Amino acid sequence: MSGSNGETINVTLKVWRQADADAPGGFEVHRQAISTDASFLEMLDLLNEELNAAGREPIAFESDCREGICGTCGVMINGRAHGPQKATATCQLHMREFRDGDEIVIEPFRAAGFPVIRDLAVDRSPLDAIVEAGGYISVNTGAASDANLTPVPKVASDHAFDAAACIGCGACIAACPNSAAQLFTSAKIGHLGLLPQGQAERWSRTEAMVETMEDFFGSCTNHGECTEACPKEISLDFIALMNRDYMKAKVRNRALTAQR
Amino acid sequence: MSTLDSKVPEGAMADKWENHKFSMKLVNPNNKRRFDIIVVGTGLAGASAAATLGELGYRVKAFTFHDSPRRAHSIAAQGGINAAKNYTNDGDSVHRLFYDTVKGGDYRSREANVHRLAEVSVNIIDQATAQGVPFARDYGGLLDNRSFGGAQVSRTFYARGQTGQQLLIGAYSALMRQVAAGTVELHTRAELLDVVKKDGRACGIVTRDLLSGEVTPHSAHAVVLATGGYSNVYFLSTNAMMCNVTAAWRAHKQGAFFANPCYTQIHPTCIPASDDFQSKLTLMSESLRNDGRIWVPNAADDARSASDIPEGDRDYYLERKYPAFGNLVPRDVASRNAKIVCDEGHGIGPLQNGVYLDFGAAIARSGLDTISEKYGNLFDMYHRITGENPYEQPMRIYPAIHYTMGGLWVDYHLMTTVPGLYSIGEANFSDHGANRLGASALMQGLADGYFVLPYTIGDDLAGQLGNAAVPTDDPVFTTAVAGIEDESHRWLSVNGTRSVDHFHRELGRIVWDRIGMARNRSGLESAVSEISGLRSEFHNDVRVLGSADTLNQSLEKAGRVADFFELAELMARDALQREESCGGHFREEHQTPEGEAQRDDENFAHVAAWEWNGTDTPQTRHREELTFETVALTQRSYK
Repeated sequence: MSGSNGETINVTLKVWRQADADAPGGFEVHRQAISTDASFLEMLDLLNEELNAAGREPIAFESDCREGICGTCGVMINGRAHGPQKATATCQLHMREFRDGDEIVIEPFRAAGFPVIRDLAVDRSPLDAIVEAGGYISVNTGAASDANLTPVPKVASDHAFDAAACIGCGACIAACPNSAAQLFTSAKIGHLGLLPQGQAERWSRTEAMVETMEDFFGSCTNHGECTEACPKEISLDFIALMNRDYMKAKVRNRALTAQR
Repeated sequence: MSTLDSKVPEGAMADKWENHKFSMKLVNPNNKRRFDIIVVGTGLAGASAAATLGELGYRVKAFTFHDSPRRAHSIAAQGGINAAKNYTNDGDSVHRLFYDTVKGGDYRSREANVHRLAEVSVNIIDQATAQGVPFARDYGGLLDNRSFGGAQVSRTFYARGQTGQQLLIGAYSALMRQVAAGTVELHTRAELLDVVKKDGRACGIVTRDLLSGEVTPHSAHAVVLATGGYSNVYFLSTNAMMCNVTAAWRAHKQGAFFANPCYTQIHPTCIPASDDFQSKLTLMSESLRNDGRIWVPNAADDARSASDIPEGDRDYYLERKYPAFGNLVPRDVASRNAKIVCDEGHGIGPLQNGVYLDFGAAIARSGLDTISEKYGNLFDMYHRITGENPYEQPMRIYPAIHYTMGGLWVDYHLMTTVPGLYSIGEANFSDHGANRLGASALMQGLADGYFVLPYTIGDDLAGQLGNAAVPTDDPVFTTAVAGIEDESHRWLSVNGTRSVDHFHRELGRIVWDRIGMARNRSGLESAVSEISGLRSEFHNDVRVLGSADTLNQSLEKAGRVADFFELAELMARDALQREESCGGHFREEHQTPEGEAQRDDENFAHVAAWEWNGTDTPQTRHREELTFETVALTQRSYK
């Protein structure tokens, strides 16, 4: 069986510990023997078992589905959001990506908009604020017409899906040297803006979401680190689309206001 | 023992819901804003309910213990959502979806609820599409469908392998729209730890802030629990790490009956466990069975790799035993057959704990691109987890616990036995009987949240007009808050030797071995005593470090695992008393000569609903008799 060889490797972990948002943090060093079949987070589970047995508080880190879809997990691994494997959330990273003797530095997502809660856990609530600003199509329950009344070209639907695949983990922001949230926000805007259903609110949505984003996060200077870190490989094209729509929105919304 | 009244309306099956909607009392638009409603959980059921109730004008407080409503485990559902749209013109109808669901549930669900579910299924697709859910489409731009286990029509709508994610983003966006509108007050990282009653009626909840540890009372005219299922009682399951039974269980301890806890679903297509440190199991969507062929080597202990085993040495056991449904038999049948072949020594993989799911024929027939378009993300996920490439070698799969049909007993209005307390989605027991069909969980969660509860809750609230919500300084709240604060401190002061996870894993082993895919009397009897022994060890020897006033994940888990212990004992008791096999509940003593589940309709065509009597007194078993006026009871056959 290729891949399932269950080899054991020894790694040195430098893990960030921090009691709360205001406390100073620092690295703690642990040596860990681990099977290459284990996931990265299972390695942290094992380490926590050992810490608990030794009477030391376990490392706080967040994860939930462990299938790469809920977006709860996410740490910096050797300086990279979600670690070395492309298109892979932290929970889907397996130890077969590492070699015997490796040193692994584990830190929380680093971004001005994501204060540390404790150890590796950070507060990503600004992402909800961006969605609250307009990341929806206004349709009350019961008000929808038959789903097949409006055909949606497959290509538009597929393109919208590529944006909708965003899991809201925040890796794009953690990876960005400016802590910018353009990839996340543009994925939300792109998903709805590419569909016929999303047209009525396209311009007001774009304006509101972009401006809320700017309240929390830095500016985009086109480094492209975001898309490299994205576990769903969301394309930079959506940022371009958002920027274009934002420019149009400023003009268009002004024009609409003038008509009133 | 008493008999429960399900309050199913009179009239012909197809007219019940329509007529009932007219006969229920309404709350007029201006009065809706006088009512506070608490919704706990923001998965498909909770988010859709909170959003819809907010749109109607109620004052809603929504609670999630995640950092964002969008994290709920509904997000992980892969395959799809059923709806009786009949867009494929292949003979589907509301009646057929209803019939398939009742039959698939092995005739242990409530007919009227299932019919209503089938009726509103069509509205869900319309609603989700209008919200921007990017369902799969054909080249004409219309919605595409696929078939799914347990059905002979194509009625499943899907969004690549991420249908749950897309539907949840739809419901979450509807919820956030109401948060922006001010009709919903959203509380994140707040875990329900108690349900509060006054004069027998639910009047609120107590939550703990998972960051500050603060324990807070919240008051309302009605409380809705949409807190999911209890698969994690098995420790290893396909559920997310944080899924738990605590909200439902604490409601149970406040008087809500818990129904059919032994009905648990084993999903046939999961990645087999690889080692002792395994933290959870990963599901591979059942939709894979549309194109994948399941087989094991003819010979036991055949160590050759799959590609070295010629056609003639392979046993496509589902196609052989069930020619009509083949690889698309319902989940319980597929799972049990995998267990049988593995128990007989035909299991494959390093631990001989799996069967092959082979796409070789499908790739040869439809081409690599078509298969990749349909299942690409699932294949990639499998590759990442196992290190094996499913385009080149067959997947290894094995059943794992995935969904729980049991849950809080609710009547036709989705109200529990505690007035004013509702339960929706997987947290209740109502629609799937003893076995849930694929692509029906998303359907039920959204049906309850968008189209059922928003109607039924008004009937009860109309009678509460003029009653103020109970103030949170009322003794019922202060006592409950003190109780929860004490509980936290109790865990921190045990100072034992082993972690919460250690006990959880041990509990899971017992539950999987004794109350898993096959059960028998002696195993269940041992389970009761083993669980109770381990439970007292847990309470005396668990080690929870740290403090109660910060993020403390061990402390959170301690309370959840304590509730799992009590639930596990009830599951064993429920499985013992149900002297028949049905759906996911397979008692080895009750099988047909061919090894299929043998129901006993004369004695067990009822729901078992258990009443809490205190920690050390076994629960009392009550019944709701199931009457089948539309669907004839037959032995399920998929041959």
